[in-house]
Amino acid sequence: MTAAPGPVPLTLVTGPEALLRDRAVAAAVAAVRVTDPEAEVHDLSAVGLEPGRVTGLASPSLFGGTSVIVVRDVADAAEEISDELKTVLADPGDDVVLVLVHPGGVKGKSLLDAARAAGAVVVDCKVVKWESDKVAFVQGEFKAAGRRVAPAAAVALVDALGSDLRELANACAQLVADTDGTVDRAVVERYHAGRIEVTGFKVADAAVEGRYEEALRLLRHALATGSDPVPVNAAFAMGLRTLAKVGGASRTARPDDVARDLGLAPFQVKKARGQLAGWSPDGVAAAIVAVARADEQIKGGGTDPVYALERAVTDIVAARALG
Amino acid sequence: MSDLAPGVWADLVGQEPAVAVLRRAAAAAEAGRRGEPGTGMTHAWLLTGPPGSGRSTAARAFAAALQCPRGGCGECPACHTVLAGTHADVEVVNTRRLSIGVDDARALVSRAARYPAGGRWQVMVVEDADRLTDQAGNALLRAIEEPTPHTVWLLCAPAVEDVLPTIRSRCRHLSLRTPPTEAVAEVLVRRDGVDPAMAAFAARAAQGHIGRARRLATDEDARLRRHAVLRLPLSLGELSGALQAAGDLVDAATAEANEQAATLATAEAEEMRRGLGVGPGGRQPAGAAAALKDLEKEQKARATRTKRDAIDRALVDLAGFYRDVLAVQAEAAVELVNDEMRDAVIGVARASTPESTLRRIDAILAARTAIGANVAPLLAVEAMTVGLRRG
Ligand SMILES: [Zn+2]
Repeated sequence: MTAAPGPVPLTLVTGPEALLRDRAVAAAVAAVRVTDPEAEVHDLSAVGLEPGRVTGLASPSLFGGTSVIVVRDVADAAEEISDELKTVLADPGDDVVLVLVHPGGVKGKSLLDAARAAGAVVVDCKVVKWESDKVAFVQGEFKAAGRRVAPAAAVALVDALGSDLRELANACAQLVADTDGTVDRAVVERYHAGRIEVTGFKVADAAVEGRYEEALRLLRHALATGSDPVPVNAAFAMGLRTLAKVGGASRTARPDDVARDLGLAPFQVKKARGQLAGWSPDGVAAAIVAVARADEQIKGGGTDPVYALERAVTDIVAARALG
Repeated sequence: MSDLAPGVWADLVGQEPAVAVLRRAAAAAEAGRRGEPGTGMTHAWLLTGPPGSGRSTAARAFAAALQCPRGGCGECPACHTVLAGTHADVEVVNTRRLSIGVDDARALVSRAARYPAGGRWQVMVVEDADRLTDQAGNALLRAIEEPTPHTVWLLCAPAVEDVLPTIRSRCRHLSLRTPPTEAVAEVLVRRDGVDPAMAAFAARAAQGHIGRARRLATDEDARLRRHAVLRLPLSLGELSGALQAAGDLVDAATAEANEQAATLATAEAEEMRRGLGVGPGGRQPAGAAAALKDLEKEQKARATRTKRDAIDRALVDLAGFYRDVLAVQAEAAVELVNDEMRDAVIGVARASTPESTLRRIDAILAARTAIGANVAPLLAVEAMTVGLRRG
């Protein structure tokens, strides 16, 4: 999974685990940017790709500089595109870095073979299936963030959220952001009792998308099944924070670029873009103030935490209505 | 400038009235000890004053004056050992934890009852009396109310209201003031050899907090961090930019706090291992693991507090900026805290009204309160920047 130290001219990212594929692509791009911060990155899908486009991008530029060409979905490439890619990868040119992304399986195998024959660095994104591998993944996530997680805590996290690697990565990121020091089992249980994290985000999504009744229903369900109000409110804050940041970024920039600039995952950017319709910056601002007030009420103990959260949901939906 | 009191009092910057009271009390205590009449000594004191005004410096100086045969000459072994924290009859409770619990309080009570080894006073200094839990405070009550004839309690806290009512009603209260800027600058030049222009800047910027002023005068990173914080009022145009600035502020404070905490934590763990006799690769004596675990827990709590303190300091700097804005808007003839940013201050002042500046200062104070009440610091600072942006 780790990227080669420097840019390599040809990388083949293959395998069914989408999160690992996304990260491998991001790592390959980052490796190029280390030596050439101005490198141009073209992120393409092989599906519907214009013939000749990749050849054009790979031909020497008048202005020099590295060109990174990422081609996703190569398993579904039309035959002429596949042939074009084979030609380019056989002789990519000096300042070209080519990254092919394939979800595994036998479709488009001849292109994979050609890439391997041309000396591609292969990044294998296998399904992380076994619990022990997921626990190792969680430990790797914390290590990469410069933090430690107790083995029992990593197991508890996998128990609570083990089905989807992205969800797991997201939960690790949230724990890193919201806690200090070594993450132990008690912390994980506080955050994820009854899959709280997912529920918290579900409630937040419903509120941010203006689905008031559903948000209240999900909230009550979450609290009734033992969720702690603190992380639910933290999910509200995170949702609004993401909304505001993505709202401030260019609407036309590619999600991956925005995600990198803002320190988010690409899927978070895509989701926030979908949620932004109906929101104004002043509305988001008002909602953030409401959530901060709820946090104070929850922690101060003066107000019933359930009421504080219901009030926060109501305020978020009302702030959205500001337009 | 002012004629400083000599000896142990020399470092109490700009606190002449309080120093006069304490010197009189020390003289009365000495007279009383010799059986002569004297007034002005009390066995329990509550020293209050804003952060950085020198509460604990005052308490230590007073302790030295009580132990010194010459009332705090600053030169004898008694004075030296008290100021260095090694005097056998002066116990300083200097907690880095968030609270002082009942077990600690009970230990203090039994320590206070001991006869002083040097035959003079058993002085108990509690630097953060505001952190006594209710239980701990109750455990101290009797000892403070009816101390043995040779016991003196010196409790320190930011304000009278921060201390349990039952405790404060049993103490004589003495408040320190925010030291004048010139006094702080003068001590930086005299004691730390800081260049006068830098000392003047640091004293102004620290708004009377001596430790902070020294840090700003001697640590370029601290100056850069402060400067970055004060750029926040200029990044409020877009909501996304305002939230980014909030995140940057919290990140910078966290980094600073982590750095401080990590350095200290490693040294402490080393020291404790040595103390427990845990050698490299050697067997741990019984109880060592538990003791180290307790230490780790304590360090964690302290790291949390260091982070909150660093954020709070940034918010104080920010409030200082808007107080300057208000001064310009009111055309008040006062020296600006952020004189080096005069242009930015004037720019914000012209673009807003005094009412909006007051609302902004309120937003900063609300964030400080919220963080004090355990609100997630990032969320509190974000809500604050929203308020600042709205004006
Ligand atoms: Zn002396």
